[in-house]
Amino acid sequence: MKGISTAHSVVEPTPLAKTVAMTLVILYAVITLVPLGWIVLTSIKSPPDSISYPPKVLFEPSVEGYCNLFTTRSRQTAEYIASLPPADDACERIARANSMVVVSRSNYAPRFINSLLIAAGSTLLSVGLGVMAAYAFSRFKVPGKDDLLFFILSTRMMPPIAVAIPIYLMYRELGLSDTKLGMILLYSAVNVSLAVWLLKGFIDEIPREYEEAAMIDGYTRLQAFRNVVLPQATTGIVATAIFCLIFAWNEYAFAVLLTSGEAQTAPPFIPIIIGEGGQDWPAVAAGTTLFLIPILVFTVLLRKHLLRGITFGAVRK
Amino acid sequence: MRGLSDRAIAWLFIAPTMVLLLAINIFPLIWTIRLSFTNYRANRPNAEVVNVGVDHYVSILTDPEIWQPMQATAHFLFWTIALQTVIGFGLAYLIDRKFRGHGFWTTLILVPMMLSPAVVGNFWAFLYQPQIGLFNYVVSFFTGIPPSSFEMIGSVKLAPWAIIIVDTWMWTPYVMLICLAGLRSIPDYIYEAAEVDRASAWRQFWSITLPMVLPFIMLAVLFRGIENFKMFDLVNLLTNGGPGSTTEVVSITLKREAFEKWRTGYSSALAIILFVAVFGLANIYVKALNAVKNR
Repeated sequence: MKGISTAHSVVEPTPLAKTVAMTLVILYAVITLVPLGWIVLTSIKSPPDSISYPPKVLFEPSVEGYCNLFTTRSRQTAEYIASLPPADDACERIARANSMVVVSRSNYAPRFINSLLIAAGSTLLSVGLGVMAAYAFSRFKVPGKDDLLFFILSTRMMPPIAVAIPIYLMYRELGLSDTKLGMILLYSAVNVSLAVWLLKGFIDEIPREYEEAAMIDGYTRLQAFRNVVLPQATTGIVATAIFCLIFAWNEYAFAVLLTSGEAQTAPPFIPIIIGEGGQDWPAVAAGTTLFLIPILVFTVLLRKHLLRGITFGAVRK
Repeated sequence: MRGLSDRAIAWLFIAPTMVLLLAINIFPLIWTIRLSFTNYRANRPNAEVVNVGVDHYVSILTDPEIWQPMQATAHFLFWTIALQTVIGFGLAYLIDRKFRGHGFWTTLILVPMMLSPAVVGNFWAFLYQPQIGLFNYVVSFFTGIPPSSFEMIGSVKLAPWAIIIVDTWMWTPYVMLICLAGLRSIPDYIYEAAEVDRASAWRQFWSITLPMVLPFIMLAVLFRGIENFKMFDLVNLLTNGGPGSTTEVVSITLKREAFEKWRTGYSSALAIILFVAVFGLANIYVKALNAVKNR
């Protein structure tokens, strides 16, 4: 008995084991973050620095990538540029130093806004529908419940390209091709399965007694749902909404096949940012960096619920 | 005044979700099945549509060329899953040593899997550039091989590994996270009992840790399997199936047939075959989910 009752539990790793584990994990984390760090670094390089060999770690930072991301420019003669009034912003000055003038705004901002609107719209719709269906599945006897839930999950398993063929034809018939509404409906349909499964798990955890007590006090079922269950499920609803947002924000396959202008989101746009003579890597990196920042924020917000989200609620913890 | 009956509410709450899924998933699926028996081409909507019966299915299943994308997919699936499971489990095991600050480092490690595969694929194409890319430079720094002597994306031998490396970089955290949940689900008293019985650490690992984490590993493997079987965005932007068709996984074949060659009927049949395969996997997946849940 003596061995067990010491201050150190037998399952507590030794200090040496902890140090070794910590070193290896930190090493992995650093290596895995190098590509991301490189994206951010490249976004503040000038185009020549971005393609120099050996790759430059130390360089003079430049906003040229961000300027090129948000503008389109055209080449002009030196005489023409000399005849212009002095440049009034940094991007114009950089362009003129390269014998160019800023012509107009690029499509990046509109594409980014499309991404925002489509992600937000589809999240609202899928979480709204999802919370209702999840409540029904959690609280009522629904005939064929398991089959329905499996059906809902299986729709998420469909390969996007396989679904894209008939969606493409259907949207063409209905006039939904390249519209935000079309993309919102499509992403909602993909996300609603995740929403139902996740939210059912969260609602299952709310004791039924709360609603039953409310109903004894004179609430109808709907009032109890709205005033008792929804407030209790807030955390779950927010976590689910963030998962839906991330999916819609990151989605590429449908976006590249079904949108081309009006409703195009950022993921299909970023890879086709080109400058004179090939890809403008600082601009691509700038577009990527701005696009990834919201996801970093969400990852931190979600970290407690991440496990649940990625396993459709199977693993809770 | 009790308002609506529970039964009515149940259907009222479930119906909108079902309508959306039927309209955006099931109706198109039925349409695909119908198209798969015709020679319809989406770029010629006015051409006469001829019923070709099961010709497309027969030609796909007997065409030796279809095995090329199947092989590319299998190679990709096997190596991504093997690498992610080994590295992911290893990482989870290390993190479970509960050293100081493990929560912070875990969150950092998770970042790649949250990102857009398309945007990531596009950027890795930059890292893989033979002259200017960071990847080749780092490899040459550690091995002395000249950085311009190999091309990750352009060469038939290396391109399959280029996509495996990026997918592993992205999704190892996923496997790690699920394994970590598995490790943490093992109650301490089992190890304490093993300690009393003087079981060696090695023995404890093989007869307690691994068997108890196994259902979680299975779950991760199945999920990665389904996802990577459908893999499109990352590969589309990294290699677009090239060089030639070395990295042409089935989704890329499908895209080429449907949206480049516009063989809508033929690609519909391929889509249905693909869907049946995924559906089979999904069935197993849900059973595994329930097994883990009911533990």
